[in-house]
Amino acid sequence: MRIIILGNGISGVTCARFLRKHSNHDITLISDECDEFFSRTALMYVYMGQMRPRDVRPYESWFWEKNRINRIKTRIESIDFQQKLLVDEQGNFMPYDKLVLALGSIPNKFGWPGQDLDGVQGLYHWQDLESMEHYSRGLERAVIVGGGLIGVEMAEMFHSRGIPVTLLVREKAYSDTVLPKEEAEMVGRHLRSHGIDLRLETELQAIEPDASGKKCAAVLTHYGERIPCGFVGLTAGVRPNIDFLINSRLETGRGVLVDPNLKTNIPDVLAIGDCAELRQPAPGRKPIEALWYTGRMMGETAAYNLLASPGSEKVYDPGIWFNSAKFFDIEYQIYGSVPAQLPDHLDSIYWEHSEGKQSLRLVFDKQHRKIIGFNLLGIRYRQEVCEQWIRTQASIEEVLANLGLANFDPEFSDQYERELLSIYQEKTGLKIHLKQKRGLPGVLRFLQKRTTDSTVHTNPNQL
Amino acid sequence: MNTTSWSINQQKGVWQNSITARGIWAWLLAILLTGFYTVLYFFPEGWFYGLTQLFDPLSLLMRGLPADKWFVYGALYTFSVLLMGGKFLFKYRNNRYQTLRTISVMFFQTGFSFLIPAFMQLMNQPEYYFTYFWPLKDYYGTPGALQYYGHATSLSVYFIGFSALMTFVGTPVLTYFLGKRWYCSWVCGCGGLAETAGDPFRHLSDKSLSAWKLERWMIHSVLVAVVLMTGLLWINSWQQGALLGKFSQSYASIYGYVIGMAFSGVIGVGFYPLLGSRVWCRFGCPQAAILGIFQKKQSKFRITVNGGQCISCGNCSTYCEMGIDVRAYAQRGQDVVRASCVGCGICATVCPRGVLRLEGAASDISVRANQERTVHVRWEDVKRL
Ligand SMILES: Cc1cc2nc3c(=O)[nH]c(=O)nc-3n(C[C@H](O)[C@H](O)[C@H](O)COP(=O)(O)OP(=O)(O)OC[C@H]3O[C@@H](n4cnc5c(N)ncnc54)[C@H](O)[C@@H]3O)c2cc1C
Ligand code: SF4
Ligand code: SF4
Repeated sequence: MRIIILGNGISGVTCARFLRKHSNHDITLISDECDEFFSRTALMYVYMGQMRPRDVRPYESWFWEKNRINRIKTRIESIDFQQKLLVDEQGNFMPYDKLVLALGSIPNKFGWPGQDLDGVQGLYHWQDLESMEHYSRGLERAVIVGGGLIGVEMAEMFHSRGIPVTLLVREKAYSDTVLPKEEAEMVGRHLRSHGIDLRLETELQAIEPDASGKKCAAVLTHYGERIPCGFVGLTAGVRPNIDFLINSRLETGRGVLVDPNLKTNIPDVLAIGDCAELRQPAPGRKPIEALWYTGRMMGETAAYNLLASPGSEKVYDPGIWFNSAKFFDIEYQIYGSVPAQLPDHLDSIYWEHSEGKQSLRLVFDKQHRKIIGFNLLGIRYRQEVCEQWIRTQASIEEVLANLGLANFDPEFSDQYERELLSIYQEKTGLKIHLKQKRGLPGVLRFLQKRTTDSTVHTNPNQL
Repeated sequence: MNTTSWSINQQKGVWQNSITARGIWAWLLAILLTGFYTVLYFFPEGWFYGLTQLFDPLSLLMRGLPADKWFVYGALYTFSVLLMGGKFLFKYRNNRYQTLRTISVMFFQTGFSFLIPAFMQLMNQPEYYFTYFWPLKDYYGTPGALQYYGHATSLSVYFIGFSALMTFVGTPVLTYFLGKRWYCSWVCGCGGLAETAGDPFRHLSDKSLSAWKLERWMIHSVLVAVVLMTGLLWINSWQQGALLGKFSQSYASIYGYVIGMAFSGVIGVGFYPLLGSRVWCRFGCPQAAILGIFQKKQSKFRITVNGGQCISCGNCSTYCEMGIDVRAYAQRGQDVVRASCVGCGICATVCPRGVLRLEGAASDISVRANQERTVHVRWEDVKRL
């Protein structure tokens, strides 16, 4: 059986790996971007000189040959779903028995005047990195539009080369649609402390060309202010990269519509990763989640479903929500649900370090006092522990008493669980004693895993 | 100072800077360093004439003897560890694990490898290094050492006892509880230089699978060579030279030249700017080989992975001085249990997503992780076509 995976990002590659692990089928990865899978999340580190291009490739070159995963670099222009054929830019036909669409995203553009000028771009593909590099030479100011995670990464990239950055954000505080107010403000302060010119409640009106009419020279904000700049970064989110499929028999919404088994409306065609839109997302989850982690889980689920006999397919289950990011020096982790605006039935306790670079927030249900979510800045918590509490609907008191278990910070670093406990005491009058310390032995007991000595010494370069 | 995981990104520009990216300055420095070591080991004392004179006052003060080239070397070595250690402390000032272990290597180098041995000479005791044991200090395991320390002074016989205790009891016990790191990145002088002066070059280590294969082959060969050498010397002393004649002596001196000098010095340190800071520790050191075997087979130490949070960025692998492809484990949610890991903790420090943690427990979290995270669906639950 010939399985073609269109797209060699995390979702496509994960799918290929698991297909190979469990089958002997002919597997082909196609991409127009690059020969070898690389970590998109690490683009910024290449620009900053922290890693070389080869360092951001998770597998060595021999991996593909050894595991008989074919790779083709070409752009697919159209798909004949009836004949089961892909047609590439040179007009070659490629037949498949099963097809996985793992197309990824492209940066959003909202029809701003001047959005297609030279020096105006997003950051998504490898080619975007190359052109950012190109425009960085002699650059005197960059304006970045949109305060998402990629916007901050772009700001850090320019900052690392001493290029001044103006960041236009529509909201009242940085990322306050994602982060609760205190966290949003902390991140905003942190960006400003790095000299980022953060303009809140500011929208892009237009991008002005230079004398040649081809290249950007300035942006105009909706206040009418003109900010001269040689580069405009568009980071107001991404959308599925599916334009070439829109008028085909494939059912699409914003992305390729898929059922809970990741199957599209066309037999033998699945869609995964950023480009897939779930018809029925799990409760509390979005139909499109353009994330590394979800792409990986979808890739794996799709591999199983490609091999499963009809009726035994598995439902894609993203588990309990988690995510992480880094805003300059501040790491961010979230487990469970932490709404930016707390609805009435939820409450939260929040602690912030006096130096303003660390915080802890626990969100819980007011009435049933069950834990709902964890939000962390500058502090690391252990996913397994937080998940277990959320999954078993542990009470907030139980979580607080054992909070040390969740701490994943390095040895010898300060722990702030007690501070959170006293905030809880101030709030409710209840005194809770911290029972658990940081560290793996306690965690293993908590997770009720038998302590066996059977280390799995597998070669990490295996599938 | 507030010390926890929020970490300033310290690796910017590393691959854009000539000295840290194998540029022209790196080559010049490598030539300088290898030249220095070659002269030190293989050329006569006279080559150091000016330098030894310069160090005479310090040497007279410390040990009541004029300086020789080894004293000069020890002083320069210690000075490098302190100077570059200071730089490291500043760089990683927000991370208490990094600062503590660096203070520790600076302390052991200055105290136990420089001041105390000198002071012992001043007190008419034989020179002895409390932080080196057989097989790294191969001499301490030989009949010659027993002979020498056994008779030198009334005190020195205890040194031999201490050596033996550390080799046979201290090493396995400490490694069981703490991992190899108790020695390699907290105590050892070679490790001390690598962690301080070598820190700017840590990313140059080779991460490929073939380098790993070469590493296992080489380091164990050196271990075999040193065991063989020690054995030969004992047989020789027991037979009083009857069986092997001069063979074991010449074997020992070849080992000394090839491994002790050319490998650990000229290549090990001289090539810092080209091959990274831990070439000797990774490919050659017999102490590391033994610690590594304990660490892998019988130790609580491991690096655990925080669930599914890894974004496969590669910072951990890039900055692992031992050339371990940490990402290969992290992205599968598997604990890192590797013989060569010196527990420097840099992988955990540079990870931008808080995925790695050094810790101790004699069970593998990846058993669970494999089921619940990386393998999202259990294969047994799927009926195949
Ligand atoms: C700078 C940056 C930072 C990020 N940081 C994070 C993070 O910290 N955490 C996180 O969870 N997520 C992060 N993301 C998002 C994450 O990288 C994406 O969700 C993920 O890479 C999507 O993977 P994918 O496999 O769905 O698609 P992609 O990785 O986009 O792969 C799709 C591939 O298919 C190719 N392709 C598409 N159409 C065709 C065609 N017609 N013919 C041939 N080839 C085609 C594309 O060129 C591309 O190479 C980040 C993204 C960026 C850009
Ligand atoms: S794996 Fe991590 S702790 Fe071990 S040597 Fe490498 S960087 Fe250091
Ligand atoms: S463990 Fe951390 S540093 Fe290593 S690849 Fe994963 S996210 Fe990157």
